[in-house]
Amino acid sequence: MSTWMVALRRGGWTRLGVVYGLIAAWLATTAMHIPDGYLSPITAVILYALVIPFWYRGLQALRKQVNARSVPMMALMASFSFIIMMFNVPLPGGTTGHAVGATLAAILLGPDIGGLAVSIALIIQALFFGDGGITAIGANCFNMGVVMPYVAWWVYQAVGGNTPLTASRRVAAAAVAGWVAMTAGALITAIEFGVQPMFFTAADGTPLYAPYPLDVAIPAMIFPHMLVASVIEGAVTALVIAYLQRSNQAALQLNGAAPTGAAATGGLSYRALWIGLAALIVAAPLGLLAPGTAWGEWGSDEFADLGLSYVPTGLAQLEGVWGAPMADYEIGFLGNASAGYVLSAVLGIAIVVGLVWLLTAVLARRQTTTP
Amino acid sequence: MASPRGAIERTLAEIGHVLEQSLFAETLSRRAGLLQALDPRVKVVGLLSLLIAVSVSRNLWVIVGLYGVALGLAVVSRVPLSAFVRRVWFVLPFFTGLIALPALFMTPGPTLWSLPFGLVVTRTGLLTALFLLARVGTSVSLALLLIWTTPWNTLLKALSVLRVPDGFILILAMTYRYIALLLGIVDDMFLSRKSRVVGRLSTADERRLLAASAGALLGRSLQLSTEVYLAMQSRGYRGRPRTLDTFSLTTRDWAWAIGLVALAALAMWLGQLGG
Repeated sequence: MSTWMVALRRGGWTRLGVVYGLIAAWLATTAMHIPDGYLSPITAVILYALVIPFWYRGLQALRKQVNARSVPMMALMASFSFIIMMFNVPLPGGTTGHAVGATLAAILLGPDIGGLAVSIALIIQALFFGDGGITAIGANCFNMGVVMPYVAWWVYQAVGGNTPLTASRRVAAAAVAGWVAMTAGALITAIEFGVQPMFFTAADGTPLYAPYPLDVAIPAMIFPHMLVASVIEGAVTALVIAYLQRSNQAALQLNGAAPTGAAATGGLSYRALWIGLAALIVAAPLGLLAPGTAWGEWGSDEFADLGLSYVPTGLAQLEGVWGAPMADYEIGFLGNASAGYVLSAVLGIAIVVGLVWLLTAVLARRQTTTP
Repeated sequence: MASPRGAIERTLAEIGHVLEQSLFAETLSRRAGLLQALDPRVKVVGLLSLLIAVSVSRNLWVIVGLYGVALGLAVVSRVPLSAFVRRVWFVLPFFTGLIALPALFMTPGPTLWSLPFGLVVTRTGLLTALFLLARVGTSVSLALLLIWTTPWNTLLKALSVLRVPDGFILILAMTYRYIALLLGIVDDMFLSRKSRVVGRLSTADERRLLAASAGALLGRSLQLSTEVYLAMQSRGYRGRPRTLDTFSLTTRDWAWAIGLVALAALAMWLGQLGG
């Protein structure tokens, strides 16, 4: 059986470009709403299991902050999130795009409550409007209602620091938070897509769900998002925060985090983010144990080609970073190619998290030394 | 340069579309059809089992068969077939179709057709694309059946059968209600602004207007949530929802519940046989 690599080479790299452009164009124009049918039931169940503790946490936080008022408050904030997702944001060149609004929700309400508001908006979209799958509710809520708000909050706190609520630095922090959060959401979505053809294939190797492996799914998701959707998310968040600074400062204090208390709240959500990521990493290999899949059909040489040999030359160095150690795992001590492949995904997440952590640590230090 | 249809117009069109959709669903759910007459809990359980059967199937024909079942249910529920088919198959090619297209050529496998420019469609590629399209199309169809034949408030109450907590259902119900209200507010905001503007707004102005509208909407939402809370309190709300559960299952409901779940179980079994 020929490999991806051979299949790609057969038609030359120009074809790859066309194909790539098609996926990229599609992915850039849609929000990250995953429909039913893209993810295997096992992946869907794992993501439901991952997201439910965060909903619980959100409800707890809500009860603590607003107590009996929590129900109408949540309903209105979720409605607000729903409507923000419908806003068409003009882009240069006459086209328009949508923001997810998860960053704005996280900054205004904190990641727990903000994430819950986004999740409820997503559930309503799936249940009443058929946008996004019903089996994929867990996945969509995890990507946009957990990953995005927590990453956003984390970046916003790190960049915004202890500056006053009206500081222009907070507008910049909102923009950066939106960009990073959307990109992180796209990365997680791409990983969810990318693991499908690894584990969930028919007996003859036909991918049964999303067909593209990690090395295609990740660049195809990440780069268009970095250029379009993440920019929209950042711009919308920054513009709304700037507006609220001018005309409704009370709204900026909803999350209960006064500028001085920001560090403490940031610490909490740090931990939540780590728990979420750890759970994701733990869950990734669970797919390996899934019964009935024919993942053993992949020869180790195929996996090598699938994961490693094809790394488009123009890709970011990150690809190389997580490709390289993988080669060692595979040939070296692990022996099992698929386990090595999962490890590479874990490693990839670790590297991205590490880079962001370093960046924010540096920024936070600079900010404490020069107040 | 401003686009022929600016962002404001598109947002307005989208708001109109959402309102139209929920109105359409409301109208259909009041028709005298088979699914409409069933207990909502039976529909939730039955259609979700079919959805899961679609999701786990490794056999393309089983998925196609379940699409047939969805079509049949649409017919006996007096769902207009043209709208039912159009909503799924006119939209799907542009989204899932576009994403599935490269898989035709990129998936390794035995050659099926050789096209010019060295393009080779593999059998595996064709199969994987068909799997994705069939699965997404059938899933969306089943979801539409549920949405279109059940009034939103009954659908929400029926979720309790899935052990969704009452408090959460109350939040979902209020969210749905206030989405309709906020949509009206945004619609008014944009229309009133448009009616005061001669000519076109620049892209930057449109962006500022949208951000300001979002900010203003947030303020109104917060104010509303306080007012709604006061209104709830004055009517006796003490932080615990109470629902009137008036559902009762008839023999017919039981028969359909068993029938749909059995069909789903059969499809799940057949679906594991592979294709």
